[in-house]
Amino acid sequence: MQIYLPIAEISVNVFVLLGLGGLVGFLSGMFGVGGGFLITPLLLFIGVPSGIAVATGANQVVASSISGMLAQLRRKGVDFRMGTVLLVGGILGSFIGVQVFAYMDGLGQVDILVQVSYVIFLGFIGGMMFLESARAILRNQRAGAHVVRRAHQHSWLHRLPLKVRFRTSGLYVSVLPPAFVGAFVGFLAAIMGVGGGFILVPAMIYLLGMPTRVVVGTSLFQIIFVAGFTTVMHAINSQTVDMMLAFVLIIGGVIGAQFGSRVSTRLKAEQLRILLALLVLAVCVKIALDLLIMPPELYSVTLSVLP
Amino acid sequence: MKQIFLILAVLAAPAFASEKLVTGVSRDDVQITADFTGSDILVYGAVLRDSPRPKGQSLDVIVTLEGPATQVVVRRKERWLGIWVNRNSVHLNDVPSYFSIAATRPLPEILTPEDDAQYNVSLDRRILVTRMSANAMDFPLYIQALKRIRAESGVFKITPDAVRLSQDTLFRADFALPANVTEGDFRVRLFLLRDGRVIDTTEQIIGVRKAGIERQLANLAQEKPFIYGVLSLIMALVAGWGASAVFRLFQR
Repeated sequence: MQIYLPIAEISVNVFVLLGLGGLVGFLSGMFGVGGGFLITPLLLFIGVPSGIAVATGANQVVASSISGMLAQLRRKGVDFRMGTVLLVGGILGSFIGVQVFAYMDGLGQVDILVQVSYVIFLGFIGGMMFLESARAILRNQRAGAHVVRRAHQHSWLHRLPLKVRFRTSGLYVSVLPPAFVGAFVGFLAAIMGVGGGFILVPAMIYLLGMPTRVVVGTSLFQIIFVAGFTTVMHAINSQTVDMMLAFVLIIGGVIGAQFGSRVSTRLKAEQLRILLALLVLAVCVKIALDLLIMPPELYSVTLSVLP
Repeated sequence: MKQIFLILAVLAAPAFASEKLVTGVSRDDVQITADFTGSDILVYGAVLRDSPRPKGQSLDVIVTLEGPATQVVVRRKERWLGIWVNRNSVHLNDVPSYFSIAATRPLPEILTPEDDAQYNVSLDRRILVTRMSANAMDFPLYIQALKRIRAESGVFKITPDAVRLSQDTLFRADFALPANVTEGDFRVRLFLLRDGRVIDTTEQIIGVRKAGIERQLANLAQEKPFIYGVLSLIMALVAGWGASAVFRLFQR
């Protein structure tokens, strides 16, 4: 069954869209990543123009993040206080990031910078997570049910002022590190054009020492706002949100997210981490190959707006 | 009033133009609805004569159907420090969003370059290079690439023998608009050629428009972008919450 998209001005198969939405929603609910870094390339692949893919992808991310977060909320997997601190930092960082992006755009070649930073960043995060979680899995197998406590050594981080108790996460730390992490993620998200979940999740686990069970929900909480803000900005600035496309993707996405968060509760924390690491590494390898291998079609055609 | 002008025009026509085109299209508007999967357009016509038809000479018809013109950028990836990046670009003007040309015989056999230039028949005549980067002197390659990419997606078509001309008088050409057309005024142009010279042309407009919910969404996005954005968010919110609520019901 075909459906004509009013803004993208193409006709696509409804079931393909439902499938794409479902897949991304599933990953979103499972890992707490928004899925922006997956939905955009997938939409481009089926012929949606890039601006519309980015903006409409953001709209879908809002829906599947809400669906996933509500599922996590029932298991008390959302630390609202931590999420708010991250969000405030994120908005600041994103504001700075947008300025830097505009500046680099003026210099030209911003695409390549984005792609290269993607490869370096995803490779680094994915590789680190993979090694750490593989080690954790091996250790658990060898030592049986040996309890490993990580990231709770007292360091200079605990001597910072403005200490707050994050009850859900079981942390009593200064708000400065999470605000800084949020700002950094917001900055990168603005430059890379994504919600930043796949950066935020590892950052919360390894930098802030949050338990994995609250990381997914808290990340989704933050992503809802970032993606929602992005959606409205795109709708106003460039009219690139295709509601028809978003609607079909969302139907697939919210259902996928429910299944995803169900699966995530069945998995062990380190299993969840190693799977996310593999996903991040796969995207990294894909982008790297796109850069290194000669593409079959060297030319590309895009509509140019009137000067 | 219209008729009088027509009669005057016929009377005023020079003596050698003794053959005229009378044409029609099967529909003068196409509505893009949510279930739009393309549309068939039939262009038909006849050759009118006020004297017996000249013998032993070739008569040909060319029909073009084209969508609204846009500006495009064609970019080329080149190897730079070991990676493939967009390096050079060519900006093109007057590129039709859809272009299909049908004729009784292959174009080079029936159309002289002079007449092509005068009447802007073929695609190459229409596309204009407006700007290019310093190292894109080989711009014809970019135009070729544009035609190749658009032909693959089905919006550029050349069908040399798609016009059926019977007894040098009646003709028809069938076009299939693909589902990925953009809205706007589509121009149907017909050229009547005698011995490689254009002797008459006609032009008609087919309005391709979004209709129903497509129309409403497109208008809202353009005219009230803030409300449109907020509505998109509300839709996401309701769907996200709804799915969660439905699944909780199932769980019990």
